[in-house]
Amino acid sequence: MSNKIRSNPLGIKLNRRTFLKGAAAGITASALPFQNAEAFIGEAFLQKHFKEMTDVEIKGVIERLEKEASLEWRKEIHISAAKAKPGVKFGYGLDLSRCIGCRKCVSACVRENNQSRTPQVHWISVLRFKKGEKWLDLENSEKYYNPKEVPEKDFFYMPVQCQQCEDPPCVKVCPTQATWKEPDGIVVIDYNWCIGCRYCMAACPYGARRFNWAKPNIPQNELNAETHYLGNRPRYKGVVEKCTFCIQRTRAGKYPACVEACPVGARKFGNLLDPKSEIRYLIENKRVFRLKEDLNTEPKFYYFFTGWQV
Amino acid sequence: MKIMGKLAVIFSVLFLGGMFFLHSSEAAEEGVPKLIITKPGTSENHPCSKCHKYLSVNKTKRKLAASHSNIILKHAEDRWCLDCHEGDKLKLPSGQLIDYDKPYILCKQCHGTVYKDWKTGIHGKLTGMWDGEKVYRLCTTCHDPHQPRFKQIQPEKPPMKPSDIK
Amino acid sequence: MADAIKVFLKSFIRLPKGGAVFYAWVAFLLVLISFGLGSYIKQIDKGLIITAMRDQVSWGFYIANFTFLVGVAAAAVLLVIPAYIYQFKPIKEIVLFGEMVAITAVTMCILFIMVDLGQPLRILHILPKPIGMMNFPSSLLAWDVIVLNGYLVINILLVLYTLYRLSLGKEYKLSLVLPLILLSIPWAISIHTVTAFLYNGLSARPFWNASILAPRFLASAFCSGPALMLIILQLMRKFSKVEIDNKAIFKISELIAYTMGINLFLLGAEIFKEFYSGGIHKAPLEYLYFGLHGKNLLTPWMWTSLMANITAFIIFLIPKTRENFITLNIGAVLIFIGVYIEKGLGLIIPGFIPDSLGEIYEYWPTNTESIITIGIWAVGALLYTLMVKFAIPIYTGELVAENRAAAAAQRAK
Repeated sequence: MSNKIRSNPLGIKLNRRTFLKGAAAGITASALPFQNAEAFIGEAFLQKHFKEMTDVEIKGVIERLEKEASLEWRKEIHISAAKAKPGVKFGYGLDLSRCIGCRKCVSACVRENNQSRTPQVHWISVLRFKKGEKWLDLENSEKYYNPKEVPEKDFFYMPVQCQQCEDPPCVKVCPTQATWKEPDGIVVIDYNWCIGCRYCMAACPYGARRFNWAKPNIPQNELNAETHYLGNRPRYKGVVEKCTFCIQRTRAGKYPACVEACPVGARKFGNLLDPKSEIRYLIENKRVFRLKEDLNTEPKFYYFFTGWQV
Repeated sequence: MKIMGKLAVIFSVLFLGGMFFLHSSEAAEEGVPKLIITKPGTSENHPCSKCHKYLSVNKTKRKLAASHSNIILKHAEDRWCLDCHEGDKLKLPSGQLIDYDKPYILCKQCHGTVYKDWKTGIHGKLTGMWDGEKVYRLCTTCHDPHQPRFKQIQPEKPPMKPSDIK
Repeated sequence: MADAIKVFLKSFIRLPKGGAVFYAWVAFLLVLISFGLGSYIKQIDKGLIITAMRDQVSWGFYIANFTFLVGVAAAAVLLVIPAYIYQFKPIKEIVLFGEMVAITAVTMCILFIMVDLGQPLRILHILPKPIGMMNFPSSLLAWDVIVLNGYLVINILLVLYTLYRLSLGKEYKLSLVLPLILLSIPWAISIHTVTAFLYNGLSARPFWNASILAPRFLASAFCSGPALMLIILQLMRKFSKVEIDNKAIFKISELIAYTMGINLFLLGAEIFKEFYSGGIHKAPLEYLYFGLHGKNLLTPWMWTSLMANITAFIIFLIPKTRENFITLNIGAVLIFIGVYIEKGLGLIIPGFIPDSLGEIYEYWPTNTESIITIGIWAVGALLYTLMVKFAIPIYTGELVAENRAAAAAQRAK
């Protein structure tokens, strides 16, 4: 793996180790005629909407974006445009009776999806509720709980992220069609088309959308270089972003990062169209509910119970 | 010829491997997924007989002082060692002995619904591929069988408040 | 036509000429604009992080001002209806200045939207294919782009046509403009309705998702727009040769009494419904008027607004006080303040408080945000000043007379 020869965006054949060494020393950056992405502004300005581009055009755009990002981050960055697989509709399950509120999913998500560290962007919000009469009383939930250890007695926890609605209100309101639902059910954003009006954020009932209030800031060595155009590629200042079920992983057959990070296995993921998938099993056999069901947004994110621990 | 020879070697390796794989999964319970299990427990790393070979069996239930004092049972406390252990094996209530790499057979004696959920991937953590090879964990990978409840852990830092994001 | 062009040109050339008050006013506005521009450049550089908006409250002071100004723009119709249709003489003469208010307000609306965008350079993406990917008819924001720009064009056409006829020393021909006027009336209502629907359609925000929202929008707009006109008309009367009949002013203040009555009634209806039924959706109203979980940044403002509106309502309701210029002006200012708070702070921000996951983030605009806002208001004031300055000599017939005199002199030679 580490010796695999890759063609880097600058057209020089390097093996990975040499490249990383060079990058770490900062040589790559200083040796270049231009240091940032400004050379591409004209092309970026004329870039078409993602869905309006042919495969050839997408390839060209991605090459440019890879170059841009690699220059900016002094690191070889790959941007995939993998399409949705036919016969797949992603669904998610979260076992509320298991979640311990440790926020490991949050930090895994931040690292996997290149979320800005300063200003801080989190795609997942973990809410803490007091066990009692009013169970899912959002108004009395606590997002900033900070005990020494979790789970705490008398509390339960509910992580909220994009619910990947079948009838997403955010998509309906976007004035430029910069956000849409993919055939596999993932709601995505074209970061090069979004004008940053934040109408989608007002429309989302789940507080799932995040805005880049400033230029995203990520330590260079922590940047995940394996990205997807509609997912975790580095974003710009002034555009909206959100959970994509880790499109760069799930379209490659892998589980989302939050599923793998959960220490208690409370997070479940799979193909809703596959009757043998674990997500189908839990929907059919467990007590499930979807958040704010009365709004008819048809989330594909199912909260379920397997029984509270005594 | 040389190539043919090489191919023959490759094929025979593959074939034998396949045979081995089939054999090993043969003993698995019906419906148990073909598991790729992280950190499997085996009878080899639970070599009870190493010491107990030289000891006479004392079947009276008592507090252990000389050894195993580190094991504190917080799991159906009215039981004791020999209810589940015998020799280098695990023991079911029926008396049947099973290997350490199949603890779920023992666990499911009481936790039938959890076992069912685990088999379908609802209970416990799954990693790997959602449409391919899945990595399951054994009951004992995550739970300490003597104290199965998870210990509390330190949570990650809370998010920044909007008024602190500058 | 040639005459009209001559008159227009002459008026244009005279635009920069004026007295000390005029220069001081323009200089003052230019200073404000340059401050605003400076802050906007900072915002472009740093991003919207320099505002107090965050993910929890993702729209703030800019959109609040936008909403208020849509109302002001829509209110021009209040002057248009009686002027054109019923030929109500006193108002007919000042309708031109009302339309200019509409043009100014819509321009400011567009500016407020622009400064709110994270990627203003990509604004063309909002156009239809092939330039952009306008999400019409699904997105109400796309509708708003259409109706606002359409309203701008209609008002510009009406103003230009009126000025053209005036520059010929003639009245406008009703038959020619009638279709445009007939269109402008529902259009004015539509800009406000569409803007109300923009918020109203979001089931995620229970505070906005009440069917009373659009009627409340219209009612409050028909208070604040005419209140602004009342002040502008008196100022114009003072600083120029334009004659405005007291009757026109009193008619407008009478209208305000009705619209404010309706506005307060609708507010009462909403407050009753939320508090009596006592569902969880009353949280934003509770936050506004009483504070929620000890957070009550907006409470004093909301009570100020309510008191201002009620006082103004009483002033405009009683004929004696609405026809007394002191109380009338107090009333107009009270309404402007009352509706500005109600529509601005009190309508956009509580849509996000508590946010969709129940969190309360108390938004208050930063200084930079306020300076940009003031800058846009200064742009509007400057635009309106210049438009009025351009129109007045044509409107009073001053230039037409000069032109005729010059022509006569030439003929005499």
